[in-house]
Parts: sequence; structure tokens; C-alpha cells
Amino acid sequence: MSNKDAYWNKTKNHMIVTLVLWAFFSLVIFMFGSELNTMSFLGYPLAYYMTAQGSLLAFVIILFWTANKQEKIDEEHGFSEREDD
Amino acid sequence: MFKGDFIQNLPKIYGTYTGGFLVFIILMALAEQAGVSAKNIGVMFVAFTVLIYALIGYLSRTVQVDAYYVAGRQVPTVFNGMATAADWMSGASFVALAGGVYFGGYTYMAFLVGWTGGYVLVATLMAPYLRKFGCYTVPDFIGTRYGGNLVRACSVFVLFIASFTYVTAQINATGTIASRALGIPFEAGVWVGLISILICSMLGGMRAVTWTQVAQYIVLIIAYLIPVFWISSNVGGGIFPHLMLGDEVARLGELEQQFGLVKNSAADMKAAGVPGGLKYISGTHSGVPEGGMAVWKYLSLAICMMVGTASLPHILMRYFTTPTVRAARKSVAWSLFFIFLLYSSAPMLATLSKLALMDPNLPTGIIGKSISEVKSIEWVQRWSEVKQVFIADFNGDGILQLNEWFMRGDVVVLATPEVAGLPFVISGLVFAGGMAAAMSTADGLVLAISNALSHDIYYKIINPKAETAKRLLVARTLLVIIGAAGAYIASFRLTSILGSVAWAFDFAMSGLFFPLVLGVWWKRATREGAIAGILAGIISGTVYLTWVFPKFSVPIWGGVNTPFLGIDHLRFGLIGAPICLVVMVVVSLMTKEPSAATQKLVDDTRIPTGKAILGKQH
Repeated sequence: MSNKDAYWNKTKNHMIVTLVLWAFFSLVIFMFGSELNTMSFLGYPLAYYMTAQGSLLAFVIILFWTANKQEKIDEEHGFSEREDD
Repeated sequence: MFKGDFIQNLPKIYGTYTGGFLVFIILMALAEQAGVSAKNIGVMFVAFTVLIYALIGYLSRTVQVDAYYVAGRQVPTVFNGMATAADWMSGASFVALAGGVYFGGYTYMAFLVGWTGGYVLVATLMAPYLRKFGCYTVPDFIGTRYGGNLVRACSVFVLFIASFTYVTAQINATGTIASRALGIPFEAGVWVGLISILICSMLGGMRAVTWTQVAQYIVLIIAYLIPVFWISSNVGGGIFPHLMLGDEVARLGELEQQFGLVKNSAADMKAAGVPGGLKYISGTHSGVPEGGMAVWKYLSLAICMMVGTASLPHILMRYFTTPTVRAARKSVAWSLFFIFLLYSSAPMLATLSKLALMDPNLPTGIIGKSISEVKSIEWVQRWSEVKQVFIADFNGDGILQLNEWFMRGDVVVLATPEVAGLPFVISGLVFAGGMAAAMSTADGLVLAISNALSHDIYYKIINPKAETAKRLLVARTLLVIIGAAGAYIASFRLTSILGSVAWAFDFAMSGLFFPLVLGVWWKRATREGAIAGILAGIISGTVYLTWVFPKFSVPIWGGVNTPFLGIDHLRFGLIGAPICLVVMVVVSLMTKEPSAATQKLVDDTRIPTGKAILGKQH
């Protein structure tokens, strides 16, 4: 397998992992909204907290994490861009 | 100012600008103390900020094609994040979001998840690859990847429908805010808004829009956060509301029990003469509605908004402006961070505002008081005059019940500072913030449309030999025409702000999402597949919209139809996008595999290094 193919396979797997995390915080937890709301976090009902703030924060963290991870994959395969922004 | 080391000096320039804006706020506060009228303070806030944007727009003027279309591809990560956040957060986000949460509670907050979660799709599926491609516009990618003028024209068509729906709502919002802040009629406000928008974008295209959007973000975030923190400490919510409102949310639950959530009949409301667009609280704030349909309604709305986010050209094109592919990825993360600052504050503002009005233990509480007493409150009188709030004593007991208090959603953001007893300078600041939010989104949208028409239709299809000067002249002329058309339609006030904003997402996801994703992720996708998919998606979505939306279905289909599987007019992308996917895959598999050259092009798009597919000047 060429370096390009190996790189693309890793990128694809990384994409899938990211999208699984995304689906968890955007869809899966809200399938159980009424169950989650019986629990509380910071004094808020949990489902309310997640839709008002928690999931939003999770997306921000996922995005920084996924960008850093992808940069590592770039480096491993020698595809990282030279100039620094 | 905009030469040589301008990029290195950005933090200093915008730091000074932020400091200057804070000094301006303090000066206005002093002016208020010295007896300048509330109205004049509002005028000064809007005039001063718009003047600054116009100045930035003028200083960023350009005669270079790549500066006009993609800001010379040198916008640093964090600044592009701010510009995207301003581009993203529309007049609706700023003015109507907190009001939506106020009335809709948990159910409405599917919008919050949808309008943020979509960025994960942007970052993983699209932005870095489109940046590597080196296109000027979104149809530029589709036209080059699939090859041919027809597919390019089809994607311009979808872009036009989606963005134009959206821009009309934005110019409408600009007009509403300008008319309230400046005390002029709405129709005049629309044209004032349009002129401000054009001044910012016409001379410098994307470069000017980028640097004004950064400035607009700074104004809008300050204007949103200061009142939230201040109101919170005024009504006893603690200095950091985001982490400290647990008790307040619980208290709202108690108050809902105490006052009772009553649904008014349409006949009662009509008899009492409740003005259109005003709402009352009939659902719980933090409670989750029971049942599978309620869950599906929440999820389906979130899905439409997320997928729509990842298909909206005015957002995607912001990531064409970063220096590298890596910067494009990071920039998406920063964008969402800056958006998060506002979005996570909207539910807090809604909670505080609701509590201020509902809690009888607070001096600001009005529910449960006598109606004559409430009607004598100054802010109630002022907002009643302009038909933004309304009281109807249904049970005739002279006491204001929860279901007897009507209010327009926008009032939550625009009037809560007054209600909570903040000085008027804060209301002026909020006007400036709303104006910044509506203008920055309108700028981005008008530019997305006119760039697609000038680059993809005029230059790529009609006149490929056109010289730079001619191309830019066409681009600018189209910008003015699109803006004027948007303002003209907005002046009729056809739809409420939110209805049409959601439609833009559904249009974009119906026709653009899968052609963009498969263009990068599936080499087998062919030109014929893309054309068929785009057309099938946008046509089926639009037909379904006319079928399901009562205002269209009655004249066209002769009656009101029940939404299929709960897919109403806010969610019609759930019809268009799957049809687009299926048609695109089937037709692609039936037609000949793309050429070796096209496959190589896709391979090159997938790796961050190496030359862009389309040259610096094309």
C-alpha cells in the first residue's frame, strides 16, 4: 500500500471516530432526554444542560482535538505543510 | 495601514479597536448621565459603529482578483474564526435566539445543537479539502471536480435559492434594528441597512468583508455578554450565570406549577385582539416533552440544521481564505469557540429574563400582579405602543396570569436590560450589536451570491476571456443588484425572520450537501450523478415545502396537508437530501467511471501538501 493510501485510510478512520463522537453528543443523548433530565449537573437537569451548553462545549472540544490529531497523521506521513500560520 | 506587515499587526490593531469601543461605551454612559436622550444614544451607537465598518471597508479596497474573492488567502486562523462567527451569527441569532428559548424551552434548543454541531461536519468532511482545492466559490469546486458548465450552473442555482432566502431575512433584520435605533420607518431602515452593507463589501470584496466581520464580531459579542452578566448579578443569578443558574431553572419549574401552563384558544386570542407574532408561555422551560414523536421532532430539526450548516456556501467560503489546509481545520474550531460564547449565553439570558418577569419575589416581576399596576410600568407602556407586548385579561379578574402576557420574541434581548433596570446605554449597545450581527451575515451572503454569479456564471461560462478589471466590475455590479433585490423583497416583510432562516438550511442541504461530500469522499461520483442528484434534491425538497407549508399548499394543492412523519416546513431538507443521495449514487453507478485525470484530482485534494488544484489566479 502506498504512503498516500495509508494516509487516506488513517484519515478516513479518524473521520469516522470524529463523526461517532459527534453523533453521540448531537443525537444519541437526546434520544434519552426525559431519562437524562431526572439526573442533574451543576444543579441543572442534565438534558436541559446538554442542549443549552454541554453538547455545544463538547463540539468545541471535539473540533480542537480532531484538528490536532489530523495534524499528527499529516506529520507521520510527511504531508504536513511547512509554513506556519 | 493595509500593506506589508498588516497581518502581523492584526492583534494590535483589533486590540486598539476593542479598547476604543469600550471607551466609546463609557463616553456614552457619561453622556447619558449628562442628560443626552436615550434616543440620541441609540443613534450614536449605530452611526458610530457603522461608520467604523465603512472605514474598514474603504481601507480594504482592492483591484486583485484573489483579494476580492478569497481575501488573498492570508487570514490567520483565529481572526478567520471571528469573521466566520460574525458571518454565521445572524440578526436572528442575536435578536431572536434568546426569545426562541424563552418561549420554546427545551424543544426550541434543538436549534442550538443544530447550529453548532454542524461545524463538526464542516471540519471533517469539507473545509480542509475545499481549501486544498483552491476554489474561489463553492460552485467552483463542484464545476471543476465533476467537470462541465451544466453541473456548475446547477450548483449556482441551489446556492442562489438558499442564500437569497437567507439574505432577505438578514436585510429585514437590519431594517428592523435600524428603524428602531434611528427612529425611522421600517422601509427606510431597510435601505439604510442595505447601503451600510454595500459600503462594507463593494470596494474590497472578501478582503473587506473579512476585516469588517472581525470588527463586527467584537461589537456583537461585547453587546451580548455585558448585559447577560450584568442582568444576572442584578436579579441575583450570580456573577457567572452559565455555571450558576441551576437554582433559577428549578425555580422556574416551581413558578410554572404555581401559575399553571394554560393554552389559549385561537378564538379567545382573536377576540382579545392579540397582535400577530406575539407569543405567550405555554410550555415548560427545562422539561423534556414525553413520547417518541417529541424525540423525533427534536432530532429531525437538529439534523436539518447540522447538515444545512455544512452546506451553506457563505460559511464554507470563509475557509477558502486561510493560508493553509491545517489553518482551515483549526479555524473551524476557533469559529465554533467564538459562536459558543454567544450561543451558550442565549439560554441563560432567556432564563434570567423569564425569572425577572415571573418571580413575584423580585421587584421586576409582573405575573400575578394587578393589570392596572403592570400597565403603568414605563417599559410596558413603551413596548405596548409599538405592539411588541400585549395584555389580554381573559378571565376578567384584573390579575395578570401567565397566559395573559403576550410578547414578541425579540423583546427578550431588546428589552430585558431595561426590565432589569440597566442604564439605557446598554440598550444602545444592544442595538449596535444586533446591527453588527445582521450586517455581517448579510455581507457574507450577498458576497457569496454575487461571487458565484460573477465567477462561475459570467467568467467561467459566459466570458472566459474577460480581463481582471472587467471581472471585478461585473462582480461589483452584481453585488449591488443582489443587495437591492434582497432589500426590495425584504421591504414587503413576507415571512417572519426565523421561518425563512430555517428554509435556507433545508434548501442548501437538499441540493449541495451530498455533491460536496461525495466529491471528496467518493471517487466514483460522476458528473451525470451530480447533476441528477442536485436537481432531484432541490426539486423534491421544494415541491415538498409547497405541499406541507399551509400558505403555499392551499393555493397550489387545494388544502392543508398533514406533514409526512412529522417532517414539516422547517425540516423539508429531510426529504430533499436523501433523494439527492440516492439519485446521485444510482446515476453515478450507471454512468462511466470518472476519467483518470479526475481521479488524480480527487487524490490530490485529499492530501494537504502540494499545489492547489486551481491556481492562485484562475
